[in-house]
Amino acid sequence: MADRLLEVKDLSVSFATEDGVVRAVDGVSFELDRGKVIGIVGESGSGKSVTAMTIMGLTRDVNARFGGEVVYQGRNLLEISDTEMQNFRGNEIGMIFQDPMTSLNPVYRIGEQIVEAIQAHERVDKRNAHRRAVELLRQVGIPNPESRVDDFPHQFSGGMRQRAMIAMALSCNPSILIADEPTTALDVTIQAQIIELIAQLKDDFNSAVIMITHDLGVVADIADEILVMYAGRVVERGATRDLFYDPQMPYTWGLLGSIPRLDRPRPERLHTITGSPPSLITLPPGCKFRPRCPHAFEKCSEEPALENRVETPGHLDRCWLDVGYKRAHREESISGGTSEAA
Amino acid sequence: MAAFFVRRLFGAVLVCIAVTFIVFVIFIIAPGGGKRGTAERIAGKNASPQLVIRVEHQWGFDRPFYVQYWKLMQRMFTNKLVSYTSQVPVLSQIWQDMPATFSLTIGAGIIWLTFGILVGVMSAVTAGRLSDRLITVLALIGISMPVFWLGIVCRYYLAENASVFPDGEYVSLSGNPLQWFYHLILPWLVLAVLFIGFYGRVLRGNILDTINEDYVRTAKAKGLSWRRILRRHVLRTSLIPIVTLFGLDFASVLGGGAILTESVFDLHGVGQYAKDSINNFDLPPIMGVTMYGAFFIVFFSVLVDLFYAYLDPRIRPT
Amino acid sequence: MTQQAETEFTLDTAAQLAAAEGGGQAIRGRSPWYLAWRRLRRNYFAFASLALFFLIVAACMAAPLYAHHVAHTGPYDQHILDTLTVHGKKVQVVSQGGVINGKLVASIPIGPQWFNAGGRFVLGADNLGRDIAVRLLYGGRNSLFVGIVSSAICVFFAVVLALLAGYFGGWIDFVITRFFDLFYAFPVLLLGIALGSALAINGFHHGPIDIQSGSLWIPLLVISYVLIPYVGRPLRGQVLSLREKEFIEASTSQGASALRIMFSELLPNVASSILVFFTLIIANNIVFEAGLSFLGAGVQDPTPSWGKLISEGQQLIVTRPMLALAPGIAIVLTVLSLNIFGDGLRDALDPRAKVRVEH
Repeated sequence: MADRLLEVKDLSVSFATEDGVVRAVDGVSFELDRGKVIGIVGESGSGKSVTAMTIMGLTRDVNARFGGEVVYQGRNLLEISDTEMQNFRGNEIGMIFQDPMTSLNPVYRIGEQIVEAIQAHERVDKRNAHRRAVELLRQVGIPNPESRVDDFPHQFSGGMRQRAMIAMALSCNPSILIADEPTTALDVTIQAQIIELIAQLKDDFNSAVIMITHDLGVVADIADEILVMYAGRVVERGATRDLFYDPQMPYTWGLLGSIPRLDRPRPERLHTITGSPPSLITLPPGCKFRPRCPHAFEKCSEEPALENRVETPGHLDRCWLDVGYKRAHREESISGGTSEAA
Repeated sequence: MAAFFVRRLFGAVLVCIAVTFIVFVIFIIAPGGGKRGTAERIAGKNASPQLVIRVEHQWGFDRPFYVQYWKLMQRMFTNKLVSYTSQVPVLSQIWQDMPATFSLTIGAGIIWLTFGILVGVMSAVTAGRLSDRLITVLALIGISMPVFWLGIVCRYYLAENASVFPDGEYVSLSGNPLQWFYHLILPWLVLAVLFIGFYGRVLRGNILDTINEDYVRTAKAKGLSWRRILRRHVLRTSLIPIVTLFGLDFASVLGGGAILTESVFDLHGVGQYAKDSINNFDLPPIMGVTMYGAFFIVFFSVLVDLFYAYLDPRIRPT
Repeated sequence: MTQQAETEFTLDTAAQLAAAEGGGQAIRGRSPWYLAWRRLRRNYFAFASLALFFLIVAACMAAPLYAHHVAHTGPYDQHILDTLTVHGKKVQVVSQGGVINGKLVASIPIGPQWFNAGGRFVLGADNLGRDIAVRLLYGGRNSLFVGIVSSAICVFFAVVLALLAGYFGGWIDFVITRFFDLFYAFPVLLLGIALGSALAINGFHHGPIDIQSGSLWIPLLVISYVLIPYVGRPLRGQVLSLREKEFIEASTSQGASALRIMFSELLPNVASSILVFFTLIIANNIVFEAGLSFLGAGVQDPTPSWGKLISEGQQLIVTRPMLALAPGIAIVLTVLSLNIFGDGLRDALDPRAKVRVEH
């Protein structure tokens, strides 16, 4: 059983649109081992979803251009034909999406849709596939799976629908599960349950998970390693502990500061990162975060490389600021008022 | 489901009652003219003064509205509604003319549904390319041609002048099946052209929309082949509105929309009966055709609704 | 810390520096109308069609000019007994009949002269000796008038009803929807015929409204009325789904009155549908009026309209096909240009539009 499942090397994805070329992903690299959870965090437009969809081959289009490699089982998934890719999708790599209501076909029963996923890749007759579907539903925690399996999606609650989606994605025992914002459309109380379920199933199936989200709080518990993306690039990467306790990017500080916390004194206003992400067509030169960074200085006009600048070897970042300076000044960015208070 | 059906049926009956009121209002009340004027209208253009007075009494125009309404309903439902111009009871004439209308509508319906779906799928699958644009233009031209004009032009160039097709008239199915078919081909095609264009475009739009839906993305993520996705996920959902549209259009054409095609090709169906009555300013047949046409549509829509609930489980009452 | 001391950079100066170096503009917000206009501008086909439509309208509006200066006759003037000088020869405008193609024809009017007779009878004459080209242009004026005005009236009432029904819900919605359903039950053509023929005989005389039986307003009002449900129902559906969105709740909680919400919040959001509907309904109404007039339940004698002309030309189609062909082609061109433009408009306003006129 291979341990290193996936290697993404210097992936870049661009789309030609009527407004210009959108460089959605630029030079993203990471590795995924069996049993590991990697979290990819960023705002809308940071490139996190495009990265995930590209691994699945869902971004293939006449207007799309790819660079780098996505290596799975020794093959570069970017170069294989679509027919070959179909064998990987669902079978080796499963994916669940943000909104379970619209992601399930409303006119077919839940059981039928899971059976369809199974029969797409395995020679199983309908009855056995149906039985497996019931078992899968049980495994994801749906009560009364024998009767619920014949329900339609609109008869399920939001949390249950997402569980059903997870069941469907895992139905062929894929080695990797990609979860694209799985909890964003759900109630906060359900979010924790779903995250726990994903972690549990990862162990049960002995697979790996790529968790995409904009909320650092979601991956805090479950991820082993976190990638922070901004403007299509990875701007910080490291073990979860390192990222939370020794964050090196001002952007990461902003993200951490935006999480409302119970264990700190309540600020007067919620912390925000002012400004908006840059257009991916006309990117600013130098560090992409510079226009919004309260600590920017003149060296920032040159783009930093993603390098290891701290003691821990696996912790990389793209920031010129002196590490000591960062450690002294970041607390106010994380817990203080808005970054405008200068 | 049974309760759903009964409820809809009940609603349909209510609508039909309302329809009778509306017919009453449109023909008797709305134009005004007092009791004598109304009687003149009903009695037709060749009526003698004695006939007008007789109509005035028999139809109750000198009595209150509800009496007039009641008398009208009596006539409508007991086949006593007679055209004073032609002396023929309206209901009998409708019954006699129905086979032609049915033959025209059913045949055209099959053609336009089949080809509409074909055209829609073809243009959606090749979206953006030349074949798609070509089909779109042809479809738009088809929609833009008034069906009666197309009928006249076709009849003139293909039937009168050139004898490729017989020149109108309807031959009954039981009498001579081959001739029945031969006489109906041109009217079928003319009536279908408009709808093929329209349905093709609606289906194309539906398919292109559906391809962008999230559940199609999920289907791709499951590793299904594109063919299977098209068939089971895209087409199934895209066709639902088409099927219900077809039900309504079919009922609408049958209930009187075929009037133009029938008149142009001299098919002597219910529609042509209505048209001839209009030209003669003969109101009773128009009233009869309008009301029965509406009834048919109302009940047919109930059937369409049921079928729609079968196709789309979200609609079914839980 | 050394970096901080060297240059006092704040957020603003950093942004200035970035902007000065040329790249890195933030994403500029653009209104959906501007984006739609931009998309539409690139659709040359749609614009060409719109131009064609305006050309046709202009030509028909110029009917009196044509009648006076080119054809030297009006749309109602009959020239049965006149003679025409063509290439020096004298020809009867309406000649005696005979047997043609095995059918007995009462009279044969003159065929298209194009420009051989100095602008008279360019497209020929009908059996009453009237100049077809003149009648075509005047007929176009009438058909376009009925088509456009009836659409305006229809869309206006449909919008009002849809807003009321969609916003207030409850029994108002119930009544309005029943009203829509009721008229959906009637085949549109049949209802138009019923109303048209009933009113054509005597006109409409109720209370202050007094319309003569030959007036253009009868078919106009009939068509507007009959099509209200077909525009009103889809619009109501849209209003209903909009109503659930949070920005309406936000407005209400700010104390906005019902009227204000309907006009300032709901209306702008359905505006793009209304625009598309309006264009397509004009096309629909022109064909509808043609059908009604063809059957005799629309525009009455002797007023010309394209549909009427086709029915007049029907009897003469064997000898003088141009009488029926010309108005038909006019309708096809007009409706086609409207449909193409309406299509382009719909694509521009919402590339994934779900707006459709139900039949």
